[in-house]
Amino acid sequence: MASIEVNGKQFEVDEEGYLANLNEWEPAVGEAMAAAEDQVLTDEHWDIINFLREYYEEYQIAPAVRVLTKAVGKRLGKEKGNSKYLYELFPYGPGKQACKYAGLPKPTGCV
Amino acid sequence: MADYEIPETHEFPIIPSIMEGAMAHSIPFVAGEEFQSDMGFPSPEEPGQLIDGWKEKFLELMEEKLSKYRSLQVFMDICVKCGACTDKCHYFIGTADPKNMPVARQDLLRKVYRRYFTFAGKYFPKLVGAVDLTEEVIKDMYSYYHQCSECRRCAVFCPFGIDTAEVTMAARDMLAMIGMGQKYSNQIIPKVHKIGNNLGLPEPALVDTLEGLEEEVEDDIEVKVRFPLDEKGAEILLVTPSADFFAEPHIDGLIGYAKVFHATGVTWTLSSKASEAANFGLFIGNYEHMRQISLRIRDAAKELGVKRIIFGECGHAWRVAYNHLNTLAGPWDFLDQNYPIPQHILEFTKDALDRNLLNIDKSENDHMTLTFHDSCNIARASRIGETPGSQFTTPRQVIQAVCNNYHDMAADTTHDATFCCGGGGGLLTDDLMELRLKGAQPRMESLKNVISDHGVTHMAAICAICKSQFTKVLPYYGMTMDQIVSVHQLVSNAIILEGQGGDEAEDSDEAA
Repeated sequence: MASIEVNGKQFEVDEEGYLANLNEWEPAVGEAMAAAEDQVLTDEHWDIINFLREYYEEYQIAPAVRVLTKAVGKRLGKEKGNSKYLYELFPYGPGKQACKYAGLPKPTGCV
Repeated sequence: MADYEIPETHEFPIIPSIMEGAMAHSIPFVAGEEFQSDMGFPSPEEPGQLIDGWKEKFLELMEEKLSKYRSLQVFMDICVKCGACTDKCHYFIGTADPKNMPVARQDLLRKVYRRYFTFAGKYFPKLVGAVDLTEEVIKDMYSYYHQCSECRRCAVFCPFGIDTAEVTMAARDMLAMIGMGQKYSNQIIPKVHKIGNNLGLPEPALVDTLEGLEEEVEDDIEVKVRFPLDEKGAEILLVTPSADFFAEPHIDGLIGYAKVFHATGVTWTLSSKASEAANFGLFIGNYEHMRQISLRIRDAAKELGVKRIIFGECGHAWRVAYNHLNTLAGPWDFLDQNYPIPQHILEFTKDALDRNLLNIDKSENDHMTLTFHDSCNIARASRIGETPGSQFTTPRQVIQAVCNNYHDMAADTTHDATFCCGGGGGLLTDDLMELRLKGAQPRMESLKNVISDHGVTHMAAICAICKSQFTKVLPYYGMTMDQIVSVHQLVSNAIILEGQGGDEAEDSDEAA
């Protein structure tokens, strides 16, 4: 299995660069994954990433898009509670890109 | 957006000059040991290799399939190389790779068939284009049988009716059995067996998602529209793709189904056990997995005591349900025999519209001009209603009953000549993005033309894969991801429920 090196530590990732072991995740891993895709993670990104991790911990799945936009709307204001805002932050799609940085598995299926 | 060369679109279709090997590098991830074993498939000792005795195994499976499926035997024998199919495949048109001509793709298997199963091929292989089964041949098959979305457009034009999809399914199944299953499909199917859906959305998350939707709809229109889950004694079980819970614009379609049920006054429920309409067993050509997935629907229907089963907007799910549900999971003698078993949500909605049970304000969709993308599996493998061609008329009648502005795309790209979205048949995966983008070219071309010639603004679809695929590829072709909508999203916009208010909420939504 492939791996990435962050601060001298090795982290196993799958073929698509998603972290193999959810529990190994640390913020620096998210930073490194983002940097590799020319993304700089701001506080706005971290709000989303942290929510994804909390939701995953409770439900063992990333939140559905409406669950996410609703939560974002509640936390950060209604004008941000839509998928347009999320796509501005994560152009490749909040479902996939943000999950990756959060160390979560990629959502599968017809999505 | 990743950097790929996007094919040009034109006013009229142009068949590309061939480029040998243009897509030979397109190889989706092979399923690792964990996914192969979850499926009950063998894994090689070394990743990237084939299992010991792969050649004998492959030929043994082929012999078995040829005797079991008479159609496959006929398809192997009957092709006369007339060339009618050559320019009909969206992947050929979009990639120019000659191996994506359906006849050439079929020939990857056919030339092996000739070598081992025909007299001429056994003794004079060179004369009849027969080749030995080598690792090279297997790798070619793995690549190109994952450049077919099993959409069957080529079969419509084949004078013999050779069904490439069936050849692809057989080849994929044999490849999986020698250690070359595809990761995307093999990762998904076990989630259905274990959790109930492709996403792996567990029951508590489903409950949370549906509660959120109830709140959202109530905030929007001030009517409590229910999204019931596992409610025993409901009349109807709705089986819908799990993407309807998860993604946009799918979820707006789900809201539409719920509003239609609400307005007609029927009782209905979703099931946490059968929380998936999709059946990827079809894509990988594996009957047993297809059966196991279908049996979950039977179990759920029995446990919940429903009288009817209705399928949501999912293309290949409807192909499986319409054609095979009785064989796979019947008999359905415990359901109400007065209704179609199973029934498509569009047939239900159309019937409700015909009987004037829905209060519709078409002007709610006046900000859009629609066109309709016929999903391949529905167009070429089913009906939505009782009459021939109802799979084409029913969706259009529903759209036109809820929208004032509608225009069809070019006739040679719709109805049974429709083009695949480019992501069907188990190819909706990021590792095939280049193929998906290029394969979308014919549909993007006809869409662009209807946009520029007739002012179309949005395309409606009735398949979860189509919706996700278009969301992804539209921006590459200069359009926006929100130009793809669910048909029941349009219904949802136009339907006025009793007691509905919330104009203010609606207005502020539009402003946002």
